[in-house]
Amino acid sequence: MVLETLTAALATGAVRVVDLTQTLTEDFPTIVLPPEFGASAPVRIERISRYDAAGPAWYWNNLSFGEHTGTHFDAPAHWFTGRDIPRGTVDTLPPEHMVAPAVVIDCSAASATDDDHLLTRVALEAWEAEHGRIPAGAWVLMRSDWSQRRGAAYANLRADGAHTPGPDAEAMRWLVHDRGILGFGTETIGTDAGQGGDFTPPYPAHHYLHGAGRYGLQCLTNLHLVPPTGAVLLAAPLKVHEGSGSPLRVLALVPGA
Amino acid sequence: MARQGYDGVVLAAPVTVPYARFSTRPAQWWVGKALAALAEASGIAHRDFDGFSLASFSMAPDSAIGLTQHFGLSPRFLDFLPLGGVAGVASIRRAARIVQAGDADVVACIAADTNAPQSFRQSLENFSRFSQDAVYPYGAGGPNVSFALIAQAYMAETGLTRADIGQLAVAQRANALKNPNALMKKPLSLDEYLNSRPIAPPIHLFDCVMPCAGAEGFLVMREETAKAQGLPFVRLTAAIERHNGYPDDPVMLRGGWQRDVADLWAMAGVAPGTVDLVQTYDDYPVISAMQLADLGFCTAKGLPEFLNSHDFTTTGDLPHNTSGGQLSAGQAGCAGGHIGLVENIRQLTGTAGARQVKGARRALAMGFGMINFDRGLGSGAVVLEAA
Amino acid sequence: MRIKKNPVLRTRRPLLPPGARSRAAHLLAAAAGQGRFDLPCCTGCGRFAWPMPELCAACLSEVALKPAPTGATVISATTAEVPADSYFRERAPWRVGLVQMDCGPQAVVHLGPDCAPGDKVALSLMLDRAGQAVLFAAKKGQAMTADPQWHEMTANPRDRRVLITDARHVAALPLACALAKAGAAAILVGVPEDWKPLPTREAFAAIPGVSLLPLDVISDRSVEDLARDIGGKVEILINTADLPRPGGLGAPAAAAEARQAMEVVAFGLMRLARVFGPAMAGRGADGDKGAVAWVNVASVFGRVHAPGLAGYGAAHAAALAYGQALRADLAQGGVRLMTVLSGPTEDDWFQTFPQPKVGGSALANAIVSGLMKGLEEVVVGDLARDLLDRLAENPKAVERELAQGRF
Repeated sequence: MVLETLTAALATGAVRVVDLTQTLTEDFPTIVLPPEFGASAPVRIERISRYDAAGPAWYWNNLSFGEHTGTHFDAPAHWFTGRDIPRGTVDTLPPEHMVAPAVVIDCSAASATDDDHLLTRVALEAWEAEHGRIPAGAWVLMRSDWSQRRGAAYANLRADGAHTPGPDAEAMRWLVHDRGILGFGTETIGTDAGQGGDFTPPYPAHHYLHGAGRYGLQCLTNLHLVPPTGAVLLAAPLKVHEGSGSPLRVLALVPGA
Repeated sequence: MARQGYDGVVLAAPVTVPYARFSTRPAQWWVGKALAALAEASGIAHRDFDGFSLASFSMAPDSAIGLTQHFGLSPRFLDFLPLGGVAGVASIRRAARIVQAGDADVVACIAADTNAPQSFRQSLENFSRFSQDAVYPYGAGGPNVSFALIAQAYMAETGLTRADIGQLAVAQRANALKNPNALMKKPLSLDEYLNSRPIAPPIHLFDCVMPCAGAEGFLVMREETAKAQGLPFVRLTAAIERHNGYPDDPVMLRGGWQRDVADLWAMAGVAPGTVDLVQTYDDYPVISAMQLADLGFCTAKGLPEFLNSHDFTTTGDLPHNTSGGQLSAGQAGCAGGHIGLVENIRQLTGTAGARQVKGARRALAMGFGMINFDRGLGSGAVVLEAA
Repeated sequence: MRIKKNPVLRTRRPLLPPGARSRAAHLLAAAAGQGRFDLPCCTGCGRFAWPMPELCAACLSEVALKPAPTGATVISATTAEVPADSYFRERAPWRVGLVQMDCGPQAVVHLGPDCAPGDKVALSLMLDRAGQAVLFAAKKGQAMTADPQWHEMTANPRDRRVLITDARHVAALPLACALAKAGAAAILVGVPEDWKPLPTREAFAAIPGVSLLPLDVISDRSVEDLARDIGGKVEILINTADLPRPGGLGAPAAAAEARQAMEVVAFGLMRLARVFGPAMAGRGADGDKGAVAWVNVASVFGRVHAPGLAGYGAAHAAALAYGQALRADLAQGGVRLMTVLSGPTEDDWFQTFPQPKVGGSALANAIVSGLMKGLEEVVVGDLARDLLDRLAENPKAVERELAQGRF
């Protein structure tokens, strides 16, 4: 009955589907770590054939990428704090978590003027004052409009590292422990701010989310098309054996206009 | 040990398969035509030639042995001489000793090559290891550049000018006009010679031979055989042959003839240069000049004067390259080393037609073969006398 | 000044000088490719010989290459006005000489300008457009760059357009400077991961003629897109793409890093070769400023395998192998492949390596000088030279020494 209503709503446009995914391309920036650490393989798309001598009637490619490239999903096992979480890898993830409500915190104005803008608990509480309490088991998506940027402006690397918006440590602790969210999503490379490695604890989004068995989504786009509340997120990573994450297609169901 | 004479050895049946600038026929065809011409000229069936001596560059994949079956020969002496312009002299020396010893009675000596627009280039590519490694990569493919380098040094050494050398080329052309088989049909003046297009100075166009297809041949036998067949013949009186005569000379200012010239004239029993006519190997007239000096007609430094004070036409005081030579008749590959020998047999048997040298009794012909790296390696000479 | 192409005229197809050689004569190609003047010399009587014989003509002993004095005297000189060979015919007149070498033999040589019989000349072994060793004679100290015959044997960057594939290489910036100084018509420099900062961006921009272009050699699309734009406009390609990641087989992330090094160094070369190779080979005779050289900047550890650089060395070994295939392809068009074997460079990745290391400028100068001399193999740095000497002399010793970390 509910599903029939849903399909009818999709048909009439009462519910719309918004694609929150960046196109997987070879030149999309990936996380930059000090190079003495292992580096993620970038996305590579190599032609096998395209109606040519290597395959006269068919077109296909070989595709390779690191688990954390493009619009991608972080599983709890991605971070040391989540290493003991049962079903903490993408292949064992409970499928019911792959469809969940989402709220959007609009930080785009502040992010436009401050590359290092931090989402704080105070700002979250202010959001709640306007939109109501963040529901347990929901995705919290931080809108920064960062996805409108390209290339170097998107990675925004300087000599002291990346400068991109993200949550501060207290905001993450509070969301995970006091609100019981399902996961946290951003438009930037990483759920943490560009300078998050210098926070306490370092990389607080990774630290708190995965330590509590929660998830991350990053490199999202089109968050400006998702209302502050009322959306449903479909985020199903590839079923990679013992995978720590994967690129994926993220869709939001939103109320029609 | 003193050299044994060629007593009783004679040459007969001079034949030429008329030259063609280009031919679609392979060298084998030209050999067969020469065999037929020899049979016709001698009255001896080609199957009865019990010796066969073949010179050719373009016979691949055959050598002489394959041609025995091809043309139905059963020789008991077989020789293959891809020696270039010295092959004619070499074939006579070997055939002479064979018939003298009775190892064979009638040796057919043939040189034949074909010529297609691409064959000169193809034969260049497979000419010699040293040329491949150290000549062709320098834009010196084809002998023009190599001979230009030799000619320049020789002219500097002897004081020869192009005008001096041109005397030979001009006289040869006059001779060629009396040879219906010569490819060159127009007179050549000294001015035309001097003003011809530079190819690799000092070599100009009329210093160069024209490659063509053709064959030359003759028979070597004992005098008794010739007489039994009723064949006109000439006697072999002297012959020399040398390869890589002066390995230590930095540049070719003399040919191997110089090493053996005394031997030649002693064997012939005459003073140097005492001949009625001479055929030099004229792949570049400057090399003809060098031969005249090396064979004792004059000194090297005396060449300018010598060339300007003699008449080299068939009616002159020293008839030279009376058929027109390679320069005016054409160079049919290896047959270039036979053309002078065949011409001398004709002249000494009185069958040279319009170009017959009156009273010709003794004739000299030279061979010169294989420009390899920086010099021509083979040199040879043969003195023949009328019977 | 580079003269623009006339679009109405067909691009001249590459012809090559005669390339057939005896097996033994190929020994000379190695000497010529490295800029050495070695000639065949008898191991018995010590006489030098020319052309390359199988045995000494004087004593029939074995012959081996030996450094020889370069002096010679011109015996005679001519100009081939109408050479039989098509390559020379379209470049005629072509000067040829016969020289008497001070060390004994005579030789037919390509002759420099204004050399007459009796003149003293200096000989060099050069690689011609067929990639084969030839002798070139010129007066000592004569400026040769303007000589069209010399020009055919070398890869002068003057008025040519050069692509440097990786701006992030330590030699890239000095190389761009050196090429600008050498008169390159344009210097295109590829920037991998253009979204990352390029600290030298401004320094590049300050060099006249330099343009920076995004180029990731690990991406088919990136390489193909660039080739579509400039494939027909590159006369010299210098592949500096590299990913130095020291570490043995057991190093953390060894597999991932080795794979990535392969992607950049070996497969990157393959990607470039597939699209730029045919384009350049087809333009080997496109005027006198046609495509002329491809330079692979390689690590000496691709030839001398240090256990501490396992993946990196393997990637460079693979690139050297690809390089031979590329050389064969480029040779069809008379375009040469120059391999530059460098020792550890002055950069972060070889920070802990002992001195002497190779600075970017030294590497850049060696590349430009190698192009000017028309070389095929250039070794840069004392360590690289030492390692290759040791390898040639006693390969097992150098293997054991490197196993103990003794460079």
